[in-house]
Amino acid sequence: MNRSIKVSVTLLLAVAMFAVAGPWLSPHDYLTTNFDRLLASPSLFDLHLFGTDDLGRDLFVRTMLGVRVTLIVAIVASLVSLVIGVTYGAIAGFVGGRVDAAMMRFVDTLYALPFIFFVILLMVAFERNFFLIFVAIGAINWLDMARIVRGQTLSLREREFVEAARLTGVSTLRIIFRHIAPNLIGIVVVYVTLTIPQAILVESFLSFLGLGVQEPQTSLGALVNVGVAQMEGAPWMLLIPAALLALILLCFNFLGDGLRDHFDARHAE
Amino acid sequence: MSLLDVTGLTIRYGDNTVVDGVDIYVEQGESVGLVGESGSGKSQSALAILGLLPKQARVSGSIEFDGQQILGAEEATLNTLRARRMGIVFQDPMQALNPYLRIGVQLKQILLSHGLAEKAEADARVIEMLAKVGLPDPGRQFRSYPYQLSGGMRQRVMIASALIAEPDLLIADEPTTALDVTVQAQILELLEELRDETALLLITHDLGVVAGHCEHTIVFERGRVVDAGPTTSLFASPGHDHTRTLLAAAPRVDRGEAPEPVSGSTLLSVGNATVSFKDLKAVSDVSFAVRRGETIAVVGESGSGKSTLVRAMLGLVPMTAGRVVYAGELLTGAVEDRELSKRRDLQLVFQDPASALNPQMRVQAIVEEPLLVHERGATRAERWSRVVAVLEKVGLEEKYLRRFPHELSGGQAQRVAIARALILDPKVLICDEAVAALDGSVREQVLELLRNVQKETGLSIIFISHDLAVVRSISHRVLVMYMGRLVEVADNAKLFGAPKHPYTRALLDSVPVPNPVVTPKRAPLRGEVGSLVNPPPGCVFHPRCPIAEAICSNKEPTLVDHAGTRVACHRATAI
Repeated sequence: MNRSIKVSVTLLLAVAMFAVAGPWLSPHDYLTTNFDRLLASPSLFDLHLFGTDDLGRDLFVRTMLGVRVTLIVAIVASLVSLVIGVTYGAIAGFVGGRVDAAMMRFVDTLYALPFIFFVILLMVAFERNFFLIFVAIGAINWLDMARIVRGQTLSLREREFVEAARLTGVSTLRIIFRHIAPNLIGIVVVYVTLTIPQAILVESFLSFLGLGVQEPQTSLGALVNVGVAQMEGAPWMLLIPAALLALILLCFNFLGDGLRDHFDARHAE
Repeated sequence: MSLLDVTGLTIRYGDNTVVDGVDIYVEQGESVGLVGESGSGKSQSALAILGLLPKQARVSGSIEFDGQQILGAEEATLNTLRARRMGIVFQDPMQALNPYLRIGVQLKQILLSHGLAEKAEADARVIEMLAKVGLPDPGRQFRSYPYQLSGGMRQRVMIASALIAEPDLLIADEPTTALDVTVQAQILELLEELRDETALLLITHDLGVVAGHCEHTIVFERGRVVDAGPTTSLFASPGHDHTRTLLAAAPRVDRGEAPEPVSGSTLLSVGNATVSFKDLKAVSDVSFAVRRGETIAVVGESGSGKSTLVRAMLGLVPMTAGRVVYAGELLTGAVEDRELSKRRDLQLVFQDPASALNPQMRVQAIVEEPLLVHERGATRAERWSRVVAVLEKVGLEEKYLRRFPHELSGGQAQRVAIARALILDPKVLICDEAVAALDGSVREQVLELLRNVQKETGLSIIFISHDLAVVRSISHRVLVMYMGRLVEVADNAKLFGAPKHPYTRALLDSVPVPNPVVTPKRAPLRGEVGSLVNPPPGCVFHPRCPIAEAICSNKEPTLVDHAGTRVACHRATAI
């Protein structure tokens, strides 16, 4: 375990704990408006730790709520891309030949779809809901994962230990799960930690455009969006969620880097 | 004064001492060989002489080149020294040449950036040098990219680049290890010819190379020099145990006891096997049979189709035509389509244990896996005791069970691979270059292991190798392949005693013999292996054959019996 893994995991756990426990500890909730204290700056008075927004809602609670949504979106979207991408890529790579060619051309076709157009289409076809964001982000992220896993599987399939297993008569399923999959773990884990920030950014971007999470629910991206409008009068509305967003993104990036080194070192020993 | 004077050289990485108080002297125009097994510090010493060690290395002692101290010298001084006075040839020319630059441009740069030639004459100097290292059509090679040349040609280019500045010292680090033996002989001869006044520091694991080409020999063991002296006296009366061990472990192609031929019944036969990949015919019409308890060697240079032949036999690549009969039953189709009971009798051991063992599995799981497939009924405890027993057979104790492959040495890993192949008690063990990646002493142990297993169980072994010396020590019968065809099939004693095919003879002559006083060899084979996509007409060997006649370029010879040897040559009687 190197230092960047330790530090980033500690920070992420701390942020997540605050996001879960914070709203319970605060006397305020995310909906109630306090018309006496519109755009209040952060203070210990009234326990508006991060101040209030233009509707007088407590920003501490709303920010914690936003962190929750952002983390859930990131993790669920990454899991979706992990499951679909790894399965799809491993099958294409291991079976090879025409199946591989057909499967990868399908991926290429999906790559060609303009992402925003795709999201708007989803929003029009279905009602706007939280679930669609997972679908939209997952649908984009798994493509990269599938390509990476396929490439790795292709090269693993040619390795001699796989040939040895084929020769003794180990079943295809067991070859995939016992010989191919464990050798993919390193690269997949690293790649997932790198897609999480990507998913967070995409969610923030969608919310910023008004296509993501809907009021009165919120996410860090949505909070930043509102904050931008109030930048001059109430800079905390922008700075606090933006800082948290940056912190989470940095942590995941460092975690990814750290894990990559960690897995490299094992092989270099 | 010596040209190169290394005293008390010590190299450390952290707490790890890789070179410990080494002395090396090279006189003007002298050739010195550094020999030792991998990790003995010989390459590290060479890098230190060139001033090319990585920054983490802590170096002490003294390296004087023509009176100039190299340790701690300025990078600029070193650059000039390296360019003008020292040449270097590495093992892998593909990595040492820039793939994006034409050969001519790369060599010209050496001359121009050090002001060794005027722009106008540089091209001519480079072409002259390329001609000198024996490249055919040097004008065209001047404009070629590295990928357009064969391995042997690239190594010639490397030698040209090392010698173009007319250095005083040429350092060659395993210059022929990646090459086929006939090409190796050509390159070694070239180095010998070109040396003139240049001193040579030759680093190699192959005692044969040193014996034939070096006046002085220095023997390394674990970072120390254990033996040094004139090559002839060192080989005649080694002063240190390690030298004796190395000499004893070096298999000899020029002598040795041939194992008695085996006269068992036929266990496995291959008939008219042909394997084509699109236009490329890798194996053409090969037939042979393996008897029970027999070791049959398949030898040939890279591209001879020996690996493809056994892969097709096992069903790992599709066989275009031909049949395989094992114990009276026909084996057809891909390996996945064959019955499990037939598969367990034929097992394969690969060349590189590092890639033949799953890096994520422990030794115990690797060796146990075949049992999970073939003996479903066995309990965990039964499997465990079988694994322990087979590991003991290959000479590994129980403590290795929990290890991962990267925690094993090359020899141990190859033992694990052999254990995996042996746990099902196969009838035929196929070894595809199974000892090629191992050091001399470890190789000898693995060969001994194979011999013992054969003695105990009556196993048949198909031993694929490019190394004729190893083949001589282990095989009962030998098949020689050239460009996908069988050119000679003979018992061990006949093949090594009286080779019939000119290619076999050339192969045997090309192997360096670890004995400096052996009679000089015939000239090495000319040229390189032809194209499999567009093979020469008639006998595929005729363009390189020293005794070819008109008929050889018209008619393809078939295997014919000549005094107990089967040989495919029109001129076999002439030898």
